[in-house]
Amino acid sequence: MPVIRLLSVRLLRMALVLLCVAGLTFGLMLASPIDPIDAYLGPQIAQASAEQRELIAARWGFDQPPLMQFGHWLGQLASGELGWSHVYNQPVSEVITQRFQGSLALLGLAWLLSALLGFALGVLAGVREQSSLDRVISGYAYITAATPAFWLAMLGLLLFSVTLGWTPVCCAGPSGSLRDEVSLVTRLHHLALPVATLTLLSTAPITLHTRARMRELMASPVATQAFAQGASRWEVAWRHGARHACLPAITLACASLGELFGGVMLIEQVFAYPGLGRATVEAALRSDVPLLMAIALFTALLVSLGNATADGLYRLIDPRLRRQG
Amino acid sequence: MLEIDDLALQLPYYANWWRRQWAEVLCNVSLEVHPGEVHAVIGASGAGKSLLAHALMGLLPAPYRQTGRLTFQGQPLTAARQRRLRGRELALIPQSLSALDPLVRSQRQVSWAAKRAGHAAARVQHTARQALAHYQLDERAQQAFPHQLSGGMARRVLTAMAHVSSAQLIIADEPSVGLDPQQRDRVLNALAALAREGKAVLLISHDLRHALPIARRVTIMRQGRCVETAPAAAFEGDGHTLTTRYAQALWRALPDNHFSHPETQPAPHVA
Repeated sequence: MPVIRLLSVRLLRMALVLLCVAGLTFGLMLASPIDPIDAYLGPQIAQASAEQRELIAARWGFDQPPLMQFGHWLGQLASGELGWSHVYNQPVSEVITQRFQGSLALLGLAWLLSALLGFALGVLAGVREQSSLDRVISGYAYITAATPAFWLAMLGLLLFSVTLGWTPVCCAGPSGSLRDEVSLVTRLHHLALPVATLTLLSTAPITLHTRARMRELMASPVATQAFAQGASRWEVAWRHGARHACLPAITLACASLGELFGGVMLIEQVFAYPGLGRATVEAALRSDVPLLMAIALFTALLVSLGNATADGLYRLIDPRLRRQG
Repeated sequence: MLEIDDLALQLPYYANWWRRQWAEVLCNVSLEVHPGEVHAVIGASGAGKSLLAHALMGLLPAPYRQTGRLTFQGQPLTAARQRRLRGRELALIPQSLSALDPLVRSQRQVSWAAKRAGHAAARVQHTARQALAHYQLDERAQQAFPHQLSGGMARRVLTAMAHVSSAQLIIADEPSVGLDPQQRDRVLNALAALAREGKAVLLISHDLRHALPIARRVTIMRQGRCVETAPAAAFEGDGHTLTTRYAQALWRALPDNHFSHPETQPAPHVA
């Protein structure tokens, strides 16, 4: 049963990665200059006595050595308990579920659009190297690859929300309304600008890599042979090119999930969009260890799954990678 | 069927990074290929054989300069006509096995070739299957990916692609390179069979000895020029009917002819 063995090796490796991520996050939080108790007390810091602080520390387990704390957290994790977020005053699992629902639309849409758009543009540019279309597309890709996400987001806000008034300035819905009351159209309206910004930014690498692979293919013996059989440029691009060029595109699209996640955090910050990104920033600034650890784990899981998907798809498309037999 | 008259080809190179110069890679190339015969073009590496093949098919990457006259079936073979006839009247069996798409099953690739040659879409799969079976490739080989095929099998897939095009002129670029004797004979016999069907076959090779049994006429190339065109029968004994010393020397240098070596003449200078 090679499939089962492969899967179990993969799962074991993933668990190891997650453990390392958890350890690293915990270590970073320990080294963080923000004291969790100070952050929790906030402005009431002056009113809390030393005994009260000790009481909180004891209740949170801060009086124990770090390794004990980490071990305790791992034990809780094994029984499915992620802990309590003091920033949101909710169980961590609930915070993540709620917040991720907000981010999912943003992340998923931007991911899908950037993969499709990046691939299409890359193929178009690669078919005719040095044509004016190629120049326009690669120029666009180079410029957006060098553009910081938050800057473009702010420019977008200034232009479309403030000057033109086409899109809302912030949030996932009109302020003051409950989540369930917001209609789909309104939600999409609020999503439009963040998604567009994120898509625009994550398209470039996929475009450039697809274009490079496409150029290589159009000069390869495979293309020459197709031309010798009377195929047109577009036919070669469609039958041979798209097949070959989707390999790097898939790798990038899946591997860039992590980067996209980073982009989501910045974008959510600029657009004040209530998603996992904002929760992460809050958790870090206010030293909410359980929430931050859970978010780090969740993100690492997502990225690992992305990489595993890329590996699997690769095998599906390129027969040379399949095991013989 | 195909006449090449005084073909010359120049390709660009950069003497330094701002000045482009032109290198003459083919010069004074003239030969005729008739229907029903295999015409062998023999030369060492760098003699310009593959460039000749690509020039005939119109597959050279721009920019290049080409002069001379190409005539195919009585009409001038212009770039536009090459584009129109490629895959239908002109077929190329390429030198490199990497011409097969590694991601596509061999039968599918032959179907595509059939489709490009103008076969009806409903018939292409049948045509491909028949053509591959004609070259002794069973169902398993037909459904295999190129990396699963042996060199000889891959070569026969490429030949099947030229076969389905029902082209009148077939240019085979080094079809026997890297094959064991049995596979080589199989591939060369397939080419001879195409000629027997009345097609014109231009066989490009560096291997004079194995081209001779199937070729009717042989053109020897050296450094982009035609040295001599002679009937295949002239290559026998000590080769005294060959008119140029280079052709004689090439013939006598074969192992069967005791590697004998008449006094060599210096290579013609190429500008």
